[in-house]
Amino acid sequence: MPVDFLRRKQKTEEGLKKSREGWFGKLRGIFRGQKLSLTAVGEVEEALLAADVGLGTTEKLLAAVKDQSPGSPEEHLSLLKQAMGRLLKQSSVPAKLFPGQPRPGDAQVVLVVGVNGVGKTTTIAKLAHYLKGEGYKPLIAAGDTFRAAAIEQLQVWGQRVGVEVIAHTQGADTGAVIFDAYKAAQARRANVLIVDTAGRLHTKHNLMEELRKIRRILERLNPEAPQHTLLVLDATTGQNGLAQARAFMEIVQCTGIVLAKVDGTSKGGIVFAIAEELKLPVLFMGTGEGIDDLTPFDVEEFVDGLFTTSQAAPAT
Amino acid sequence: MFDALTAKLTGVFQRLSGKGHLSEKDVDEALREVRVALLEADVNFRVARDLVARVREKLLGVELQQGLNPAQQVVKVVNDELTAVLSGGDHKLKPSPQAPTIIMLVGLQGSGKTTTAAKLALNLRRSGTIMKPLLIAADLRRPAAVDQLASLAKQLDMPVYTEAPATSNALKAATNGVRRAKDLDAPWAIVDTGGRLQIDEELMQELVDIKQAVNPHEILLVVDAMTGQDAVQVAGEFHKQLGLTGLILTKMDGDARGGAALSITAVIGVPIKFIGIGEKPDGLEPFFPDRMASRILGMGDVLSLVEKAEAVIDEKKARELEKKLRQSTFDLQDFLDQLKAVRKMGSLGQLMDMIPGMGAIKKRLPNGGDVDEYRLKQVEAIVLSMTARERRSPDVLDASRKRRVAKGSGTAVQDVNQLLNQFREMQKMMKQFAKMKPKQIEKMMKGTPGAPQLPRPR
Ligand SMILES: Nc1nc2c(ncn2[C@@H]2O[C@H](COP(=O)(O)OP(=O)(O)O)[C@@H](O)[C@H]2O)c(=O)[nH]1
Ligand SMILES: [Mg+2]
Repeated sequence: MPVDFLRRKQKTEEGLKKSREGWFGKLRGIFRGQKLSLTAVGEVEEALLAADVGLGTTEKLLAAVKDQSPGSPEEHLSLLKQAMGRLLKQSSVPAKLFPGQPRPGDAQVVLVVGVNGVGKTTTIAKLAHYLKGEGYKPLIAAGDTFRAAAIEQLQVWGQRVGVEVIAHTQGADTGAVIFDAYKAAQARRANVLIVDTAGRLHTKHNLMEELRKIRRILERLNPEAPQHTLLVLDATTGQNGLAQARAFMEIVQCTGIVLAKVDGTSKGGIVFAIAEELKLPVLFMGTGEGIDDLTPFDVEEFVDGLFTTSQAAPAT
Repeated sequence: MFDALTAKLTGVFQRLSGKGHLSEKDVDEALREVRVALLEADVNFRVARDLVARVREKLLGVELQQGLNPAQQVVKVVNDELTAVLSGGDHKLKPSPQAPTIIMLVGLQGSGKTTTAAKLALNLRRSGTIMKPLLIAADLRRPAAVDQLASLAKQLDMPVYTEAPATSNALKAATNGVRRAKDLDAPWAIVDTGGRLQIDEELMQELVDIKQAVNPHEILLVVDAMTGQDAVQVAGEFHKQLGLTGLILTKMDGDARGGAALSITAVIGVPIKFIGIGEKPDGLEPFFPDRMASRILGMGDVLSLVEKAEAVIDEKKARELEKKLRQSTFDLQDFLDQLKAVRKMGSLGQLMDMIPGMGAIKKRLPNGGDVDEYRLKQVEAIVLSMTARERRSPDVLDASRKRRVAKGSGTAVQDVNQLLNQFREMQKMMKQFAKMKPKQIEKMMKGTPGAPQLPRPR
């Protein structure tokens, strides 16, 4: 299985490179002109739109470079990159998910939320694996008691990453599962409890209220909990991502975003709009379906990485 | 969430001259708003560009249609164009002459294939076959995907074909599954495949192999309605490798405007067969191009609103209202009644977005943009602070009366003015409405945004 994933990852990386070359190659081509001409602005705009950055944010970003005096293409490119980086850095990203060293029995809680199918369960498995590597002892609560076989899915992952999954049966009360899982985390002297939740559209009032209740249950168990509430966002998502972030922010006060599925051809540009409006930082990126495919988010690298792929690309 | 396009365009045309025909300047200003609306709805920027160019051609030099103001005129042309693109092809699944009709579901990870497979089985079963469709689990990669389909099948009392992921693979499961469907004499065989990226050559090959082995009649791409600009690339590649026959648009019960549907149909030209509108197995609905067009343009799903309204407003009241409209005696009291009825229908923000023209009201309310319960209450407070006479003929509201109303409702005179302007605009539309024949009204309620938001009396 791991070998299989590795091979496939290489393949998708190649595919991704191809698609990115087109995009950023174009950007570079545009910036090659001595001055950012009107048509060039139009093309940069289209490039940003194509990445789901959205019209409003795109216009703001462009305004930051448009009025600059003539300069080299590299200068213009770096101006745009800086503007994009600044946007993402409006919200401070903690150096580590949890401050200090892992202490046994801490049971710090990470609540994971998001709409249906974005990659919550898979992200949880990857995160558990990642935290194990950082010296933590995680435990997972199977809080999605709604979707068929969601519990089984999480249990398979638990076995793969060697992390215990506390579960009830389908249809059980999520609050009860979480309560049990928290007690289990304390009893097993685990220091992180990752809570899976059922996917829900942010427009469903009742389901969002249920989420608020889940948060309250955690707060009652420990006033500091949940130490993190992560919103998983699918990189394929367009402008609706902002509405999602708004709604989940309001109900459960998210502390960060995990941007899943960046191994596809979608750029996830909606995070710029989210950062601008909600100051919600991106903490991790999901880069595939294997347990190692979770990378801490680095603003410079994200913005830079997008552009540097184009260095090798032929100018179009 | 989004302002109705009509409201924006009304604003545009208020700034412009717009007389008997639309000048080039009018058209271009209006089309800028149209482009914004399309992009906000996630329509691919290239598709949006082409569409705007086509609409431009159509609008220039065209005489204004009777009974439509310039804003409505533009919206109508755009809406018609969108509807035309979305209408292409056959939106029904047809049984093949020889059973089983084999349907293969494909798509990206997390787009909703497994849930859709179950919904489809239920839908096809309800559409009248004696024998049940067979569900075939061909996602052996994602943990517990087989269990998920099996569990849904059990819940629905549908037969399901599964193989153990540890010892089999997707191709074997699909092939054997379809063979089983033939043995069982099942009318339909629905093959659920694993999610994959369109750039994953190895996994795309797996789908090609399955296609060759089972010879499906339909290969349906399952697409999340929230998908952004990349939808065209994804669908394009799936289409290139597999030859798609249709689309299913999922998670339409959210507030995504679903521009991806337009992008994809514009680029690969395959029909949308169903939309998914809920997590439960009965959450699958037929696709209506005109409803989708309105939704993409943010002009609200007029028909669904009418349906909801019908449930709330009783028939007698509706008939009264219609009579008032015909006699052009729709006053602020009726306006308030309408608002109250609307509030009874459910979540307000959502409903406001479903009502054409309401976008304009929303925009004019203090703070503009989103309307919440609080702001609607403000409108209500304003109307309630008026005397019966003022409600009936708002024209009597002079400066001092307005000040009194503002004070009484805890708002500013400006708010009162805004409300009155909006009401007058609505009244104007109502007058047009009153002149129309029932047939025309029906057509307008269905297709043309900017129509007054009224229940359709049966
Ligand atoms: N390519 C890719 N697929 C992912 C990623 N994360 C999750 N997935 C897939 O997306 C699908 C839905 O994931 P799941 O975790 O069940 O989503 P949930 O419904 O939010 O819990 C599964 O097929 C996952 O394998 C990612 O980073 N990249
Ligand atoms: Mg899940």
